[in-house]
This record gives sequence, C-alpha cells and structure tokens, in this order.
Amino acid sequence: MSGNKQEEDPRINGIKTKIRVVPDFPKKGIMFQDITTVLLDPKAFKDTIDLFVERYRDKNISVVAGIEARGFLFGPPIALAIGAKFVPLRKPKKLPGETIFEEYELEYGNDRLEMHVGAVEAGDRALVVDDLIATGGTLCAAINLLERVGAEVVECACVIELPELKGRQRLKGKPLCMLVEYR
Amino acid sequence: MFAAENGLKGDPRLEAISAAIRVVPNFPKKGIMFQDITTLLLDHKAFKHTIDIFVDRYKDMQISVVAGVEARGFMFGPPIALAIGAKFVPLRKPGKLPGKVISESYELEYGHDRLEMHVDAVEPLERVIIIDDLVATGGTLSAAISLMESQGAEVVECACVIGLPEVKGQHKLKGKPLYVLVEPSGLDEFC
Repeated sequence: MSGNKQEEDPRINGIKTKIRVVPDFPKKGIMFQDITTVLLDPKAFKDTIDLFVERYRDKNISVVAGIEARGFLFGPPIALAIGAKFVPLRKPKKLPGETIFEEYELEYGNDRLEMHVGAVEAGDRALVVDDLIATGGTLCAAINLLERVGAEVVECACVIELPELKGRQRLKGKPLCMLVEYR
Repeated sequence: MFAAENGLKGDPRLEAISAAIRVVPNFPKKGIMFQDITTLLLDHKAFKHTIDIFVDRYKDMQISVVAGVEARGFMFGPPIALAIGAKFVPLRKPGKLPGKVISESYELEYGHDRLEMHVDAVEPLERVIIIDDLVATGGTLSAAISLMESQGAEVVECACVIGLPEVKGQHKLKGKPLYVLVEPSGLDEFC
C-alpha cells in the first residue's frame, strides 16, 4: 500500500481534531495548519508517531530525514523507534560541517535546503518527514539531496496534506503517506 | 550539574554520547569550537542512550511539560516528552508560531534575540523541563525560564546534552537546577 490516508484507523480522527487552524497566517488568505496543539496532547502526539512507526518499522529504513524545523518534531521519534539514523535537512548556514544544497522555489524567489556531506550514504533507504505537504517544493528538494548521494527515497511522510496544491505530483514519483487532509 | 557527578559516574553510555559528538572548529566564526550533535543523531544507539538517560531521570518527577528551544531542542525534547507522557512545547524564534504568543528577549554576543511561546501552551502550576542541545552562557535558557514563570509554571530543571566550561560548578541557572550529560568534546587538544 502506498500513498494512502490511513482511512480506517480510529486514531486519525483524534489527531485531526487537535490540529488548530489559524486564519491569515503568515499572511491573509492562508489557513495555517498549526500542529503545536497536537504536541500538547500526549495521546495525539503518540498516536501520530505510532501510526508512522507501524508503517515503517519493517521496511528496512536506515535514514529518517526531517525538514527544518517542524520535521524535527516528528522525525527523531520515528527514527528512534525504527532504529534509523536521523538527518536534519536545514536552511542555509545552520549546519556546521561540509554541506551539499538543493534550491527550491518559494512564492517569491528561492530558498535552499542543506544536508551534511557524509550523513547519508549510497544504498541508504530513506524516509523524508515534514509536518505538512503543500506545493511539494521542499520535499522535492529533500528527495533530490538524498538521491544525489545515492540513497533510495522509499516514501515521504507528512502529518497533513493540502491536496488542492497537488504537492503529491511533485515528488518525483515517490509515494506520500499522510494522516490528515485539509481542503 | 554533570551527569557523571550525579549518579552516572563511569556510565559507558556517557562516553558513547561524547564520542559521537563532532567538533567543528571555527564555526560559526573563528575561535569557536562548535559542538555538532548531528553526528550523535546518526548514531542510533548513542542517540537512544541520550534520550534514555533523560527519560530515566524525569519519568517519576511528575513532569507535565517538556519545552524545547528551537531548533536543536526540537530533536531531543519530543522523544523525551513522548516517553514520559508530557506535552511538548516548542520555544521559537520570532514570527514562527502562528497563534498568540508571549516573548522574552535575551542577549547575544552582539545584540539581542527573542524567544516566543504560545500563550495557551503552559498552564499555571505545571511542572516543566526545558531542553536544549547545549548550554553556554545560559542566556537562552534564562529567557525560557522567564517565559514559563510568566505563565505560573514551575521549571523543575533545565537539561542539556552538552555544557560548556562556563557552567561547570554551576548547579543552578536563574535559581533552577541544570543537568548536563557531557562536557564539550575535543577541547583538550586546543587548550
């Protein structure tokens, strides 16, 4: 099974009800999906992690890559539970060692995602984690970084998907697993 | 206080944690020996040891909140919170949190920065642990303590993986206990 919402699981609704929607953040017209309220509910947060761990623990994932900064909230607990390394993918100039970068488009201009050289090796099986997928630009940059060093991206995992932005189509054919849709 | 002085003397996990931390000289500027914890995150066993030590310490202390300082505190705080059944509260740079926030400023070497928290995140009388990867001057942690206290919460302890020499011998930060796992790696060669 790939790229499917976990439709049957009763834990999903509990998570969905904990997500707070903040209108007009960071600017007018955007309905911001705030996951900090999920983190405030130990059961909902645990259920979120458990759902991903159950999915990935037998898939021989050796790397969980998390996108700064909210991917850092979900990636490490998953990595610890499944026995994988955790690799932070960061904004420019945060990582202290030698890095490689990938550019991606913002609404106005570009930004970059960086990864430490040597963190991921050829043959690593990778999961990319972020709190939300919108246009898919950042996830695509993450996939590129991992593939450039010879890793295989098995799947992208997000708590929330905004399906109308069609980010799923920008993942270079990689499957997406998400828990909650927001339309 | 350092873990080795507080019940974990000779614990082989501390050595594994220390060995997994990479020192990057002259980052972000000349003269700074940056303590890079990303290599700890690449070592599953050592990362797990780090979390386990904090969890063992806090699990029976009725902690209801783990607060983590952006961004590296986000990598250690949630696993601890999940294991002890506490809420996780992110403490963030300005403008990142979408809801109503309170903020506290703290000093940098040149200038100031601010730490923000959502107003509804922490309630009065909650027992809080504040976590970050490293404590140097304690400025950021002090700001975090102020945020918690402004909400009527009780900071039980501040916890860091690494503590710079400035904090050795200092058991308290702003009157709150400070618990640190290891000293910086790699300093001996350069002293």
